[in-house]
Amino acid sequence: MSNQNHTEKPAGKQEFNITVYTENQIGLLNRIAIIFTRRKINIDSLNTSPSEIESIHRFNIVVNETEDVVRKLSRQIEKQVEVLKVYYNTNEDVIWQELALYKVPTDIIAEKASVERLLRENGARAVVIRKDYTVFETTGHREETDALIKILQPFGLIEFVRSARVAIIKHSDGFNRKLREFERLEPGEEVSENEYLNNGQRIFTM
Amino acid sequence: MDEGTNQLIRSAPEMKKEFIMEIAQQEIPNSAETKTVEVSGSVALLEALIAEGTEVIFGYPGGAIMPIYDALYDYKEKLNHILVRHEQGGIHAGQGFARTSGKVGIVFATSGPGATNLITGLADAMIDSTPLVCITGQVFAHLLGTDAFQETDVINITTPVTKWNYQVTDATEIPEVISKAFYIARSGRPGPVLIDITKNAQIQKFDFAGYKPCDHIRSYRPKPIIRKEYIQKAADLINSAKKPFVLWGQGVILGEAEKEFKAFVEKSGIPSAWTILGAGAIPTDHPLNVGMLGMHGNYGPNVLTNECDVLIAIGMRFDDRVTGRLDRYAKQAKVVHLDIDPSEIDKNVQTTVPVWGDCKETLPALTELIQERTFPEWIAKFKEYTEKEVEAVINAELHPGSGELTMGEAIHQLNELTKGDAVIVTDVGQHQMVACRYAKLNKTRSNVTSGGLGTMGFALPAAIGAKFGAPERDVVAVIGDGGFQMTLQELGTIMQSGIDVKILILNNRFLGMVRQWQELFNENRYSFVDMTSPDFVALAAAYGIAGKSVSERSDLNASLEEMMNHKGSFLLEVMVTKENNVFPMVPQGCSVAEIRLK
Repeated sequence: MSNQNHTEKPAGKQEFNITVYTENQIGLLNRIAIIFTRRKINIDSLNTSPSEIESIHRFNIVVNETEDVVRKLSRQIEKQVEVLKVYYNTNEDVIWQELALYKVPTDIIAEKASVERLLRENGARAVVIRKDYTVFETTGHREETDALIKILQPFGLIEFVRSARVAIIKHSDGFNRKLREFERLEPGEEVSENEYLNNGQRIFTM
Repeated sequence: MDEGTNQLIRSAPEMKKEFIMEIAQQEIPNSAETKTVEVSGSVALLEALIAEGTEVIFGYPGGAIMPIYDALYDYKEKLNHILVRHEQGGIHAGQGFARTSGKVGIVFATSGPGATNLITGLADAMIDSTPLVCITGQVFAHLLGTDAFQETDVINITTPVTKWNYQVTDATEIPEVISKAFYIARSGRPGPVLIDITKNAQIQKFDFAGYKPCDHIRSYRPKPIIRKEYIQKAADLINSAKKPFVLWGQGVILGEAEKEFKAFVEKSGIPSAWTILGAGAIPTDHPLNVGMLGMHGNYGPNVLTNECDVLIAIGMRFDDRVTGRLDRYAKQAKVVHLDIDPSEIDKNVQTTVPVWGDCKETLPALTELIQERTFPEWIAKFKEYTEKEVEAVINAELHPGSGELTMGEAIHQLNELTKGDAVIVTDVGQHQMVACRYAKLNKTRSNVTSGGLGTMGFALPAAIGAKFGAPERDVVAVIGDGGFQMTLQELGTIMQSGIDVKILILNNRFLGMVRQWQELFNENRYSFVDMTSPDFVALAAAYGIAGKSVSERSDLNASLEEMMNHKGSFLLEVMVTKENNVFPMVPQGCSVAEIRLK
């Protein structure tokens, strides 16, 4: 479990991005989810996807909690047999995006608003344009995808959906090298990093 | 995984390939020449259990596990199956076996209700870190999710209370999955593992290439790497301490580090106190053993927790029953915490120096770096508190002289007979606290109790398992009148297996611990704690078990002697005073320093 920006943070709640590298195992999603639900902690966003390594899965979980709570959650997650590694990061430590789709009636859009202006100003693109409706797509932070809802609402927004968050850790150098360590019978220090020891290296891990 | 990633779920053959790759790394000689034999999944399971050294299985058959039981019919000589009377009894027996033997307890149950009856035991084993491998039958794979007869979603129900669980739907997975199950159950911080096997996989024939034990899973690190820097820091802190205090827990026993621990304590000269699961790791009468921690622990260890300058916690997890009010717990002390489970560090108590690792390895390294010291004045302080406790509590409990019998004197007189060599299995409640406080334990693995979960009904079945785990030792189950009635059907298991277990019922005709709280905190409003019991001696007789009831002080010793000398199981009911309270006590919400003597 790591926080790559180990600076003393106030005890207040903030968004944390928890990145979990796992084996691809049926039931693991539940095993991880109940670590949160047992403590009555809401998961704001959850995404699972393949990672850069074949057979290794990656979870991105967003919670709004204190660092102390997030550290304990991360340790409990990393304790699960099929979990290889857990990192947690604040929003400043990651590059993150969410994708949103908006369905609006084509006639109103075409009539009342300049589609081109909408697309330009909101970094959106039209995915589908049909006679009856048009689907726009945008990616960005929550505020950005929210902003387009407000804009499209007067034009008869029919349907809106937003994806879970995906996040890339700024300081991470990927998982390939680490995985090789895990596969050894006697894992090296790389995978058994000690959070206290690594303070000086800006790595907060276990 | 969720539905969006469905296509990424690996098929069973793919998984097998991975296992084989894992195994291939381990250089098995002549693996190319290994012959395969066509066997059923059930036979492969039993062969795997034998290869893992299984001696005894506690189980109960049923529809979905019938193919395994059919295979077991031919393995009667190699595997000793004990038919319990309820699956909860089976799993508690497995726990008792694991606790006294240090091996993995094996439990069989069928699908649906058989599996759900295991839940209490799984939760108990999970919180008390007891290694178990539980095998449950499951409906045919093609019936999963159809609400088939005796179908329950066992994997999801057991996920929060298992260290690992897995559903087998293809027989070819069985050898590898069982090897993983044993490896996970007993390595690192031990815990219960459940393997759910669908009926088709039990029946299915496949080419079995023999059993290879697992010793590595790439995503699982049972032991954190030991950092010498932290052992040095811990040693520096200990060497500079003026009033150091050691707290030890079951980790010392689970890590089989009793010798290493004793060497550490004796060289350091530090007074040491135990959690109830740690009891017996060093003998009760060791000069540096200052007693029991926690809500009903000894006076000195509780009060002086808040006076020590360095607190050294070894293989214990700062349970709330040990710490009392956390924000007033050992705030003055620097804390050294030795634990194999990294998630325990800083979980409840902030650590100054964490020492991650197996204490069998960390303790000798630490012992080497510490100075040989003695703390006569500091230890004298513990003795002062002991004297106060003896005067205020212990004398009246152990040597009441007149009036009705007490639980304490029964345990005290039992000590005289066992000399501290017996395994004491306790249930949950007042008698548990009294037994843990006063039982003399000379050896490790002598105290079997439900510590974390506090499962009433634990003791009788656990005692059965404890005896199988330590057949050469006397096993005494100390049980209250309430807890005994939760699993008394296991008298049938005792009868049928012919096992020798001594049952000591301390009958106060109340659910005593709840009554004590109602007296102290609910103004004597005794809400549903009055317990009417059957004639326990007659009940034992119905199961062919000898028994006796005693209520007179003059008969107590002779009755206990009769029980201990009896060949075979014996039930002794001791009628004790109804409204005795267990003291000292740290009331809920109070700090350990606010422990009450009355």
